[in-house]
Amino acid sequence: MDFFSTLPLELMAASVAKTLFLVFLVVLPLVSYTVYAERRVSALIQDRLGPNRTGFPTSLLGFQKDLQLFLGGLGQPVADAMKFMLKEEFTPGHVNHFYFWLAPVLAMVPALSTLAVIPFGNFMFGHKMVVADVNVGILYVFAIASIGVYGIVIAGWASNSKYPFLGGIRASSQMISYELSLGLSAVPVLLIIGNLNLSDAIQYQVNNGWLLLPFTDGKLTAREMLLWIPLMISFVVFTISMFAETNRLPFDLPESETELVAGYHTEYSAMKFALFFLGEYAAMIAGSSLIVVLFLGGWHLPLLPINDIESSMTLSGSILGLVHITTFFAKVACILIFFIWVRWTLPRFRFDQLMKLGWLYLFEIALVNIFITAGILAATK
Amino acid sequence: MAYTVRRPNLTFWEKLYIPNIIAGLLITLKHLKKMLNGETKVIMQYPEEKWDSQLPEYYRGAPTLVKDDHDRERCVSCQLCEFICPPRAITITPGELTSESKFAKVEKAPKEFLIDMTRCIYCGLCEEVCPEQAIYLRKDYAITGENRAEMVHDKVKLYELGGVMHGLVHKWNPDK
Amino acid sequence: MSTEVPLLNVQIDGVWLQFPKGTRVIEACSKAGKFIPRYCYHPKLSAPGNCRMCMVELGMPKMGPDRKPIIGSDGRPEIAWIPRPQISCAQDIAEGMAVRTDSPMVQECRKGVMEFLLINHPLDCPICDQAGECRLQEFSVEYGQSSSRFLERKVKKPKNVELGPRVTLDAERCVLCSRCIRFMKEVAQDDVLGFVDRGGFSTIACHPDKTLESNYSLNTVDICPVGALTSTDFRFKMRVWFLKETKTIDVNDGLGCNIIIGSREGRIYRITPRENNDVNSNWIPDSHRLNFKYLHDESRLTFPMVSGKRSSWAEALTQAVNSIKASGNLAMVVSARLTNEELYLAKVLAIALGITLWDVLPRIGEPDGILIPADRNPNTSGAQILGLAGSEPGRQLPKIAEGIRDGSIKGVLSIGEDLTKCGLSPVDLGKLKSLVVVDLLPNATTAAASVLLPGSGWAEKRGSMVNIKGRLQRLNKAVDAPGEARDDWEILNDLATASGSALSLHSIEDVFRAMAQDTPTFAGLNLSKIGDLGLQLDPKPVAAVSSTATV
Repeated sequence: MDFFSTLPLELMAASVAKTLFLVFLVVLPLVSYTVYAERRVSALIQDRLGPNRTGFPTSLLGFQKDLQLFLGGLGQPVADAMKFMLKEEFTPGHVNHFYFWLAPVLAMVPALSTLAVIPFGNFMFGHKMVVADVNVGILYVFAIASIGVYGIVIAGWASNSKYPFLGGIRASSQMISYELSLGLSAVPVLLIIGNLNLSDAIQYQVNNGWLLLPFTDGKLTAREMLLWIPLMISFVVFTISMFAETNRLPFDLPESETELVAGYHTEYSAMKFALFFLGEYAAMIAGSSLIVVLFLGGWHLPLLPINDIESSMTLSGSILGLVHITTFFAKVACILIFFIWVRWTLPRFRFDQLMKLGWLYLFEIALVNIFITAGILAATK
Repeated sequence: MAYTVRRPNLTFWEKLYIPNIIAGLLITLKHLKKMLNGETKVIMQYPEEKWDSQLPEYYRGAPTLVKDDHDRERCVSCQLCEFICPPRAITITPGELTSESKFAKVEKAPKEFLIDMTRCIYCGLCEEVCPEQAIYLRKDYAITGENRAEMVHDKVKLYELGGVMHGLVHKWNPDK
Repeated sequence: MSTEVPLLNVQIDGVWLQFPKGTRVIEACSKAGKFIPRYCYHPKLSAPGNCRMCMVELGMPKMGPDRKPIIGSDGRPEIAWIPRPQISCAQDIAEGMAVRTDSPMVQECRKGVMEFLLINHPLDCPICDQAGECRLQEFSVEYGQSSSRFLERKVKKPKNVELGPRVTLDAERCVLCSRCIRFMKEVAQDDVLGFVDRGGFSTIACHPDKTLESNYSLNTVDICPVGALTSTDFRFKMRVWFLKETKTIDVNDGLGCNIIIGSREGRIYRITPRENNDVNSNWIPDSHRLNFKYLHDESRLTFPMVSGKRSSWAEALTQAVNSIKASGNLAMVVSARLTNEELYLAKVLAIALGITLWDVLPRIGEPDGILIPADRNPNTSGAQILGLAGSEPGRQLPKIAEGIRDGSIKGVLSIGEDLTKCGLSPVDLGKLKSLVVVDLLPNATTAAASVLLPGSGWAEKRGSMVNIKGRLQRLNKAVDAPGEARDDWEILNDLATASGSALSLHSIEDVFRAMAQDTPTFAGLNLSKIGDLGLQLDPKPVAAVSSTATV
């Protein structure tokens, strides 16, 4: 009680508002439309059209056709969501009921929780646009994200069926393996910034240029050029590890359709399946956000003025704050599109290749990269 | 006996994979771009566009019963189609033609002829096996119904879909 | 056995074999595995040799000047082949005879015969009932042509002619084999069929003053190799290739003709005789063959009833046992149409209930001198063996009837019989405290039943029967019983168990095993040992137990 009574009420209200905004107005719609984009982009890459029909359902009101918005098919995610909600909530007879129902929740919650420390904007209405501006931000992300594997492993085990079981086993070894290189590849960034706070990481990039594109502050020093090499390596390793962590192709072995039917969620349907889907794409969004925050300057857009806590109360400051938020999610969307693009280009790895890549290459590269960065930093101090 | 497949010797750049991955990404990007520019011809937009007018003569749509130039039911209910039908979609109740009938020589005609379109697989074996040129797969392909009973085509429906077929062998000619 | 019949050496397609003297060449070839196509030849009829389909090349030993066969280098006589083909059906084998069943000349002959037979044959296989089991179709595949060389007009002949009440003739399809004529003359002893007209116009016809109404007329349909004679009853009902064939026996008389039931999807379409030379040869009376329709009657009893109201099986069985136990003095009437297994269980039930008065209802008719015997019950012998009927079946019935009338009998079990045929009126039945009835179709007894249990018909169950000659034969199940009706043995077994019998029987095989243990006549037997053709019980059983129970 004492702890809560010391909290300012306004701060609590703001946190709740930010959480609600982030989860319900941004992430969930973004998940739906990422799924839509996935289907549409895959179709276009494969010379098809993809879902292009579900619009506003005017046909229900007696019209000949649904009202098609500019691209057509934009109603598809809504229809999908309704379908998932209306489907029969079926539990197979042979499963372990408690864990079978628990698993989708465990897949969904960590993915959304990691978003708490991601600064998705600068200031709005006198508040920093991050739900929890903690000084161990990146550690929190890794800690929570690693819980995500439980959802999959438990789903695979509780389904009591061979394909989910194989999927669960694959998921556990894969995600644990790639967490190493994921964490290690972020260390150079933290060495450079000298802080674990993600807001500070963005502030550093606002001041000194994005870590991946060091010229965005208008000047390019020799030190930045030298550091750019380990940062590039770090970015590549981090991105690849993120693919593996989110079970995306070419590392989607836990669900690989051609081998395991649907992997760990073979036995799932209706809303429970939707939660896995949601968790998977939310994890993608969280991962993309992290890439944006660590390497691509977060909400920062060069040549655009930056508001501060006072000016954010004014109209122009609010508009600027909105632009920052938009910028952030635009960057995230680009990364998501890249995720999708890669998925429909590359074939799946074999499991031994996946393990070899993680343990024999990415892990060592990330480790060596830390020393290179440290060396450069020490030499240029 | 197990034998070893020799893997190709890869160069350093090939071992790095990244150039090839980028090449792959460019290929998919090219397809995406062509698609967005409308350069790729895509599939037909059913149901706004239909290819009914281009259906070939041998198109295998719904199986139907036909009448001939003399307005005779071609089917004599020999039940060969019922026998050959792989999904057992056909059920025939054989019947006898009375001596007053115009086609009394044929003696036999189906009393009822049912094709369950929820079972039919449009394989065309019924048409192929028919010794009387009575059953044909016509061009109706959009067979819909609101319940299972509606999806069972009875004799009336089958003749309605089949209509008249011209130029068939006039085997039951009374003069012959 | 027939040691006096000498064996003769015959060469068939180059192989020397031995056959008893008197064997026909066509039969010898069949035994050697060389099937010779035939239309007119039937093993049970005389052989006129008029279809010319069975032609083979024959040869005899070459004779030297000394009238002795010339022996070749292989130690066998050299063959002098007859230059023209001979028919094999009307020819007995001779010592040293040689046959070529598939030589080029024989092939050529068969093709020629087929072409002639098909000249006037209509193209109506799609509507012909014989299609699928037609000799003409079969040999057409081997020796026919795909097109006709016949340019002239085909001869028109009468179609759809009613030769008799049960047989329809299509003269265009006839190949004039005369099997039907010979059957009617030689087997049915009713010579009404014959050929009329000449040459290409020759056709089968009935005597102008008579019709083909013999009780064996439908056998002509069976032996007709083509679709000329068709059964008016089966005509256009179902194509033969859909019919599931179940080997079983007929239950319309004490002979138990061996038959095949043709059924499809739970419905019987036709019954055809099955060859069994110890019972019915290849024939069956029409009256028996057509007597299966009642199995599919609309009025079949399909659910158990307790005092006229529908009930569940569990309730009906409990009620049956309770009411019969509570009613006092009991009697049982069983049907001699039940199988041995059912009769055995009926007896077990009777003993469990303490019933001592029982009998079967005899059915006696006029024997027809061909197949139908006087006893019209199929299992009188079985009932006698099992002690449910005495040497004079039905002797106890007047006693039972009297007991019911004067009220000394209060409860009756009627298994498959109508008590009104035992000299009782429905009013008499009304006096009973308890009347438990197992039956198929409603009648006066089922109407008066306090508990009514629907049983299965003869084509709906497995079991065994003993015919008047003491031959143990097997019934097989062709179709399912309608509705909730159950196998009679299951009903009786449940009743017996509920009445305190300790027998634990779970299948018809169990019942037979238990019966074989209790009955010396069946000792060592089981259902599968009976075989398709039955088993002659040896010695012929005599009623060992009188119908008044002394058990």
